[in-house]
Parts: sequence; C-alpha cells; structure tokens
Amino acid sequence: MTEQLAVQSGDIVVLVGTTKGAFLFRTDPELRRTEVTGPHFPGESIYALAYDGRAGRRRVLAGTQSSHWGSVVRHSDDLGRTWTDPAEGNVRFPAGTDAALTRVWQLLPGVAEQPEVVYAGVEPAALFRSTDGGETFELIQGLWDHPHRPRWEPGGGGLCLHTVLVDPDDPDRLWVAISAAGVYHSEDGGKSWTTRHQGVRAQFRPDKYPEFGQCVHKIAPAAGRPDRMFLQNHWGLYRTDDAGARWVDVANGVPSDFGFPIVAHPSDPETAWCIPLTSDLFRCTAEGRMRVFRTHDAGSSWEPLTAGLPQQHAFLTVLRDGFSSDGGDPVGLYFGTRTGELFASADEGDSWKLLAEWLPPVLCVKAATVS
Amino acid sequence: MPVRLHLPGALRQYAGGASVLELAGGATVSELLGALGGDHPGVHQRVVDELGALRPHVNVFVNGENIRHLDGMATSVGEGDEVWLLPAISGG
Repeated sequence: MTEQLAVQSGDIVVLVGTTKGAFLFRTDPELRRTEVTGPHFPGESIYALAYDGRAGRRRVLAGTQSSHWGSVVRHSDDLGRTWTDPAEGNVRFPAGTDAALTRVWQLLPGVAEQPEVVYAGVEPAALFRSTDGGETFELIQGLWDHPHRPRWEPGGGGLCLHTVLVDPDDPDRLWVAISAAGVYHSEDGGKSWTTRHQGVRAQFRPDKYPEFGQCVHKIAPAAGRPDRMFLQNHWGLYRTDDAGARWVDVANGVPSDFGFPIVAHPSDPETAWCIPLTSDLFRCTAEGRMRVFRTHDAGSSWEPLTAGLPQQHAFLTVLRDGFSSDGGDPVGLYFGTRTGELFASADEGDSWKLLAEWLPPVLCVKAATVS
Repeated sequence: MPVRLHLPGALRQYAGGASVLELAGGATVSELLGALGGDHPGVHQRVVDELGALRPHVNVFVNGENIRHLDGMATSVGEGDEVWLLPAISGG
C-alpha cells in the first residue's frame, strides 16, 4: 500500500469504512489503475465517511468509533496522510439531554454555498450541525425536542439517524431518516420537523402504517428534482414525487423488496440502483447471486445487472451506506460487502470489477470525483 | 500523598506522554476522573461519556480491585491509592 494517495483532477476517491478501520482508494474513471492506503484508525469501526470538495478543499471526514474510547469526527486535508484527533469530543450531547453519543452514522457536507456546514447523524438518534467545516458540532435541538422522540424504538443496528438530505436549492429544507422512527422533514433549517413517511409500511408492527415507527433503511434524492426521492425500507421499495408527503411502492420486478442501500443517478431523475437481499431473517443476496438492480423509469421496472458479479454461491450482504456513486458521467458505482469485497462499475452498472477483497467487513463506501 | 493514576499506552498522548498522573485525591473514582477534565480533557472524554458514566469497555482498578466489584464510580479513593485505567477485553 502507498502511504498517501496522489490524486489529480478527474480521479475518483473511494472511501471505505470497515469494522477495523478505513481504507482510501484512488482510481481513474475507467478503473484501470487503483491505489489504496490504510487501514486508517486500525481497530476502530468507521460507520461514516464523507468527501468534501467544497471551497477548493480535498477533505475527508471520518466518524470513528473505538470500542474503548468512544466516537469523534476527524478529518484529513491531505487524503489520509495526517488526521485531526480532537482531544475533546467534538460531537457531544449537551447537558440536559440525558444522552451520550454512541456512534456517528452519517456525515454530509452541506450545499456548496455553505462550505463550512457539515451535518452529522448519530446514535442515539439525533442530528448535529457543524458550521466550521467539521471541527465542532452542535445538536439541532428542534429534532431532539420532537414529541415523538421519547417513543422512538431502535432497529437492529440501534436507534440511529443514518440519512441526512439537504435540498440543494434551499438549504433550510432537510430530511432525515431514523431506524426505526421513519422520515422527518424540516422547512426551517431544523427548528421544526414533521413526518414524511406516509405510505411506507411497517411490516413488523400490527398496525402497518403507524404515525411513526417505520424502519427506513436509506433514502436517495433524485437529480434535479428535489421533491423526488427513492427509499429502501425494511421491506419495501418506494418513490416519492412530493417531498415525502406520499410514497408509492415501486418494487416491480425485484426478487425481494428487503434491502439496505439505494443510490440515485446524479443527473437522471429516472434512474436508480438497489441491491435486494433475501429477507430480514436471511440478509444475503437472493438465490446466491450478487445482483444489482437498476431502474430507468423511476421504479416502474428494474433490471438485474450481473456482468462481472458472482452468480453462484454468493451470499453477500451490503449495508445501508455500503453503496455509492461517484457523481461522474458516465456514473461510476462502488459497493462493499460484509465479507470484505469492494466491487466497482465504470459504466453505470453494465459491468463490474472486483477492486479489492479480504477487507474487514465493510460498513460504508463513499465515492467522489476529485475536482 | 497523591493518588497515582496509571494510564494505558493509548491514552498517554492525551497526557503529554505521561504514563502516571499524580492527582490530588478525590473522595470517589467519579470525582477523580471528573477532575481529569480540567488538565487532561482528552483522557477524560475517552474514559467517561457526556453523562459522566464510565465507558462500557474501560476498566478502573483501585489498588488492584476492579471497581465494578466494589462500589463502581462511587468507590472511595484516597491518598496513596494506586488507580489503573485499562481497556477491557472486548471486540471480535
């Protein structure tokens, strides 16, 4: 492994978080040559990584969790050669909340016009915001004070706020997804929140459409249509065209509507990808075949993508943040598995290549095109 | 005599490289660790969480006894006591 990634404009960085540290990959859009550094933070669980290319930066943000010493957000401005190590925790619940941070599940740089804003979704479920590029974070009190919060229940991974979306045209419009509470939306920068999971079923409850309690696994925003999103649920594959006011079932032609990640095309609002798993009780790829499914019609139909992926005895698991696009044209796609493989496609999923294997179990994959 | 607090290798970078800190005795382990927040916040926040609770995979021994078998964070410490912070056996 090299010690530091040498990148140039147009390269792809693929950030891979695992149960035993982070690995940073560099490749070209055609996937001809790949380098990797790591493990960074050996022995720590890395559930959240993000690349921040705003304001001329090449910053990698990492939510690190030591099983002994707790969780912090660190960053590197030299692609992993050096990392900040805040002496004091920089994501801390304030006095009076009666809560303590378990882990950081999601890091999201804000819109380009607010280059110092970074969001952190955490466990126990809460949203933090940084206004200094990720050095320090403050709790968004409005969500914490929501009257539903005391009755939110954890999903299998814990009571985690794992998804944050910001309307690129209006940064006061926010969506978050929480397992197992559902989707909450703010129009005022986080001061007040309302549910946005109408139509999403809760298969594991006697009342299938409760006021809240949905186990949403991931949401992906469609390109150029801020009110369109795709949603992979704990049973259920959905699309909304009205900012979450109503979700419609789009599990048309997939072997299972259970799964974790969903990825939307960065420029075509009709295209998205998902990775179905057999069921909640058997969270492996259906029929022992590693298949990514793609829609070109906003979920009216899905096609299996298999070229280059194992189609026999392949019982793989991809977690909610284990699948990412690089935002390029054509779109590069990358996903990591709990068995330590990293697959990549340079042609929007038509064909796949194994970029790495024998990594520790992969928790998150985030790709970006370097500008 | 001060209380001698022994630090594991992973935490010494947050205490200027020291392996042992000599601290004025708090009445309890909770007070002793709480006082760390002043001069050694990096050690403090890695040992206890925002609520002041000992992190689940950190062990504190007072004169060789794990405080989980004594009075927990309310275990008494006094002059001349030897206190060890150690990572617990955990992980997979």
